Amino acid sequence: MRAAPKRNYMVWIKKDLLGLEELTKEEIEFILTTAESFKEVTTREIKKVPALRGKTVVNLFYEPSTRTRVSFEVAAKRLSADVINIAPETSSVRKGETLIDTGRNIEALKADIIVVRHNASGAASMLARHLSISVVNAGDGWHEHPTQALLDIFTLKEKLGKIEGLNVVIVGDISHSRVARSNIRGLTKLGAKVIVCAPEILIPPAIEEMGVEVTDDIDEALKDADAVNVLRMQFERDEEAAFPEKLEYFRNFGITPERLKKAKKNIIVMHPGPINRGIEMSSEVADGINSVILEQVTNGIAVRMAVLFLVAQAQDKLAVRG
Amino acid sequence: MKILIRNGRVIDPANNIDETLDILVENSKISKVSKDIKNSADKTIDAADKIVLPGLVDMHVHLREPGREDKETICSGTKAGLKGGVTTLLAMPNTSPSIDSVKTLELVKKIIQKTAEANVFITAAITKARQGKELTDIARLKKEGIVAITDDGASVDNEELLLKALKIAKKEKILVLCHCEDKSLSKNGVVNLGFTSTRMGLRGISKESEYKRVERDIKLAEKADSPIHIAHVSCKESVEIIALAKGKGIKVTSDTCPHYFALSDAAVLGYDTNMKMNPPLRSKDDVGAIKKGLKNGIIDAIASDHAPHTENEKDIEFERAEFGVIGLETELAVAITELVHTGLLTWLDLARKMSLEPAKILRIKKGTLSVGTDADLIVLSPDKEWIVEKQNLISKSKNSCFLGRKLKGSVEYTICNGKIAYRWNS
Repeated sequence: MRAAPKRNYMVWIKKDLLGLEELTKEEIEFILTTAESFKEVTTREIKKVPALRGKTVVNLFYEPSTRTRVSFEVAAKRLSADVINIAPETSSVRKGETLIDTGRNIEALKADIIVVRHNASGAASMLARHLSISVVNAGDGWHEHPTQALLDIFTLKEKLGKIEGLNVVIVGDISHSRVARSNIRGLTKLGAKVIVCAPEILIPPAIEEMGVEVTDDIDEALKDADAVNVLRMQFERDEEAAFPEKLEYFRNFGITPERLKKAKKNIIVMHPGPINRGIEMSSEVADGINSVILEQVTNGIAVRMAVLFLVAQAQDKLAVRG
Repeated sequence: MKILIRNGRVIDPANNIDETLDILVENSKISKVSKDIKNSADKTIDAADKIVLPGLVDMHVHLREPGREDKETICSGTKAGLKGGVTTLLAMPNTSPSIDSVKTLELVKKIIQKTAEANVFITAAITKARQGKELTDIARLKKEGIVAITDDGASVDNEELLLKALKIAKKEKILVLCHCEDKSLSKNGVVNLGFTSTRMGLRGISKESEYKRVERDIKLAEKADSPIHIAHVSCKESVEIIALAKGKGIKVTSDTCPHYFALSDAAVLGYDTNMKMNPPLRSKDDVGAIKKGLKNGIIDAIASDHAPHTENEKDIEFERAEFGVIGLETELAVAITELVHTGLLTWLDLARKMSLEPAKILRIKKGTLSVGTDADLIVLSPDKEWIVEKQNLISKSKNSCFLGRKLKGSVEYTICNGKIAYRWNS
């Protein structure tokens, strides 16, 4: 019999990862710890472990996404899983098949994990309710993008050693951002102080009740910040008429070297990508010493490996228990 | 057929009765209400420890026929009503086609005559095809038997048009029933605007979209000096506006639905589409205001807004699912559980809200246990508990927001037009 690992031991029993809302502080920390060991794997010459050998991961992406899908694909492959990518253009979803039916078909193919990206908030949890295989939320509407927040938090922790007590600013379109919502949930659970910063029209009602402070003054927000997470401005979202003009947004909220000069010297600058250079931040900042944007991408693999590994493990446990 | 109901606690707000009495039903009418009726009957119901209420008058029901018989029919809907104690219901006109012409009205009347198991009164649309553009022939439709007009599901945006309709309605002595929603404000919202919409990442429906329209519609009614009825009141501000109007003597009445006093928007957080309706579930604060409004008489009636939808239309992504929940089979038990057993309303109050008042508002001869009236009544066990379960619902659709909920108070018998139309079997 093997001895149980000493640190942070936990039996993971959640078959799905739908959001950070339903995770406890301990569960979030456990995923981060698990991700640390997988990060070590990605530094080896042979970056592959057999943890998910014989498992099938299906990436079901209803929204265009290169970054997240590729990250999940790489993560699954490094765990030796087989990966299938389904996108609306290449499948029957265009023919009006419902999400649940698509999910059931994937389940019938004996896949083990569905990684789903969908433009409807709650889509991942709906799928999870109807399926017995694992569902990992890769972004649902404006609701949650748990693995993005986990990799953001992982990166922060790696850089600053802890999360508790940190001042983190999230700047951008908070209203329509699942990245913001997941980050708020994760960071506040781990004891960080979160300030959200945006023009008033991009702040959703009663957001303070999620435990954050709100401001429309980026310079004020950056003053004591240990990190700033800069959201992508989706100007293509034209339906919400009252969107700010691009240059005006950059002038009032864009992260520039001048703004960073007034902030803490070692402030961490994050961005979930893809960047609109010259809109959310200047190129100097994106490529500068405070930026950890590419490290986020690398860490995304480790975090997603951890998530896939844990939900698969939970499945196996459920199967043993019957 | 003679039915004798013995020793029930008879609740009849029309005659201010709350005492143990016998009721004799004869030839579809109530023939006697008194102590110790000595009369031979074909059927005797022992109602000791039971409550006897006038049959419910539900003034807001979507029966879906003609057009969407897969969701509900006049037959299935009235049966569901009888199970819930509803002996009279008001059918909404948003069928397919809409009830906006004598031709469609005649068709609906024919189906009712052939298939309805309970009393069905009919509404017609205010505007043709409920498009808000051109008034229907209200006078003619009234002559053919409708009791109210409404574009329910939509509000009449054009003020002049609604004012004109109110004036005609006044002259024709017919009720205008308003669905109050300014769609330019509610936009494509799907849940209550506020912390709930923020947490869920869904578009919100503001309370303004409701109460601003309540305010406007009442003003128009005042101008036309016509009665107006505000349907499915869901928020505090609407209650306050109606209270003010009533204080000024404007002829406004209103109703709310069981979900607006039994559930808050916290119920929707799990993306359960059976919690999705329009107006949406509101905050706890609003739920409190609705209860208070019921207690102090600002809200006159309770109606189900029974809105059946198939599983295909409900079991999908939240923002794409249809609005609406069924309610005929649960409204009485939910009201008993939430309002009577909690001490907020008396049994007399309850019978007023669910039977007498809606009948009065609609100017129909229902909602009483007076001798000589139609024998529509319910015998119920006030303390019997039951759980709302999908497989026990008889409505064609199962989209109840109370699935899994334990309720206290159950209908034992429903007598409709002098016949035992429903009986609890367990």
